[in-house]
Amino acid sequence: MIEFDPAHVVGTGGAIGALLRHYVSQLVDVEEYPTGTFAVNVLGSFALGLITFLGADTTLLLLFGTGVCGSFTTFSSFSFETVRLWETGERGRAIGNAGGNLLGAGLAIGLAWGLVQLLG
Amino acid sequence: MAEKTAHPLVRVESLALIAIGGFAGSNLRYFTGFLLPGMFGTLTVNALGSFALGFVLYETLYSGVLAQETRAVVSTGFLSSFTTYSTFALQSSQAPPLWLVANIAANYTLGFTGVLLGRYLAQSVDRRWSND
Repeated sequence: MIEFDPAHVVGTGGAIGALLRHYVSQLVDVEEYPTGTFAVNVLGSFALGLITFLGADTTLLLLFGTGVCGSFTTFSSFSFETVRLWETGERGRAIGNAGGNLLGAGLAIGLAWGLVQLLG
Repeated sequence: MAEKTAHPLVRVESLALIAIGGFAGSNLRYFTGFLLPGMFGTLTVNALGSFALGFVLYETLYSGVLAQETRAVVSTGFLSSFTTYSTFALQSSQAPPLWLVANIAANYTLGFTGVLLGRYLAQSVDRRWSND
């Protein structure tokens, strides 16, 4: 088995994750609500939960977990968009966005855990 | 959108920049995880990345000096890959209840505060620039 440099593995996954995020968030984003970030955060949390609970080996975890899922999901855009909603007077939406991302990601991880229990 | 009417190779340039930013951002996050393992590393990247993104995007809103390509590589590529929501959510879910609440509160508080500090810095830079 070839030994891969962990930094290359993470970086390659990170590049793929960033491109996928760009693509998916453009696909689902709407004017008045940051649905793109919500979608990537929920999908990415589900995928990370799935590979973690399936017990993937270290290299796969670095590639798909730390690399792809880590880069696919984002906290900085989420923070910025929430603050922007709040300061433009959309306070209800700001709170909904903050709670929605948390709830969505939490449910996605729970679903991933349940699926692995069911299959395993 | 102007991007759709632009030459296809213009899009290739942004995509290449996003990929390069993603490579570097995820690596720096991975490296931070060695210095500060577990939830603290994730909290650090999320707080720092939110501050930096806040500065870049408010700077864009106020003066718009940064080019679109710069934004592609710095914000969509580097900073969005440097910060992460999935690891934050997974680490929270695997923590004991008190740590779960503390981790969520810390990431949200420092993330939003980071954006506001970035906004403040962008305002200061913008004011300084206009006065000169």
